[in-house]
Amino acid sequence: MSHPVAAPVTGAPALPVIPLRELAPWALFFGLLGTLILFFVSADQGAVSIPAGTAVHEWVHDARHLLGYPCH
Amino acid sequence: MGARAFLVRGLLAGLLAGLVTFLVAHQVGEPQVEAAISLEESAAPAAADDGHSHSHDDEAAGGHSHGDEGGTEISRGTQRTWGLLTGSLAVGVALGGLVALVAAGTLGRLGRMLPGQSTALVALIGFVSVALVPFLKYPATPPAVGSGDTIGDRTGLYFGFLVVSVLAAVLATYGGLRLRERFGTYAGVVGGAAAYLLVVVVAGQLFATVNEVGDFPADTLWFFRRSSLITLATLWGVLGVVLTGLVSRLYAQETAVAQRRELAASL
Repeated sequence: MSHPVAAPVTGAPALPVIPLRELAPWALFFGLLGTLILFFVSADQGAVSIPAGTAVHEWVHDARHLLGYPCH
Repeated sequence: MGARAFLVRGLLAGLLAGLVTFLVAHQVGEPQVEAAISLEESAAPAAADDGHSHSHDDEAAGGHSHGDEGGTEISRGTQRTWGLLTGSLAVGVALGGLVALVAAGTLGRLGRMLPGQSTALVALIGFVSVALVPFLKYPATPPAVGSGDTIGDRTGLYFGFLVVSVLAAVLATYGGLRLRERFGTYAGVVGGAAAYLLVVVVAGQLFATVNEVGDFPADTLWFFRRSSLITLATLWGVLGVVLTGLVSRLYAQETAVAQRRELAASL
């Protein structure tokens, strides 16, 4: 610590940036997939049913209540 | 640092967050769910014995829409273990992926924030706008609260408010960044936060109130809601902390490699 270090006086190092062109397909596909999964846990077979029945609703019933989604 | 690197770390952080969320929900939340269901079940036979006089009130209080009665396919024992685990893991992994991709998009675009810092901010804003603020307007309800007849309206209101909150958070963040460029960080943070609060408070006043609690015991309701908020905070907290740690480590590794290359090139 006694000797001067070649400090980064040359300005802050450039921050990494992911180009939107590269990110877009990932964001689109996995955004849709994530939303679909969230739909099945949070809302399916409550107001909207795909498929009809109550099995999905009942299986994730407690998670839906405890994660704050309207359940029934 | 690319989209794939972020996504992998988000899924991993989400998996861990889902697992911890399950443990917390099972230990903290399930006793309250069971308490609510036992109240629901003790109310149902009493109504039948009473004859006709109270049956309509009990119906309106939402006693009979619960999955535990009539047409039950999945036992309570399964619901509170494997069912809760499935739900927690699914939500954890899905949210982990989504948060990671948003963090990837904001990388290097939130002022001079380092990757770990921008990721932590995304998780914090996510928790406030996706979980906390919608919870304050439409708090979680235990089984036995809420009429099956209004599930459509309540679902619409909840997700409508959620969309307003998330859109407001995105726009307020963008506006805050623009303010920061012109007037500095203080103005950017205060302006962005104030704009978000203004939108959600006004929207909160405009959106209809849902109150189907009836004569459900206030203490049980509060204990349930507190446990629900703890569950949500666990999910977002673990997700944010783990993802921030993983992203920071990746950035440190890549920076170290780049510095070694520079050093090697300069020799």
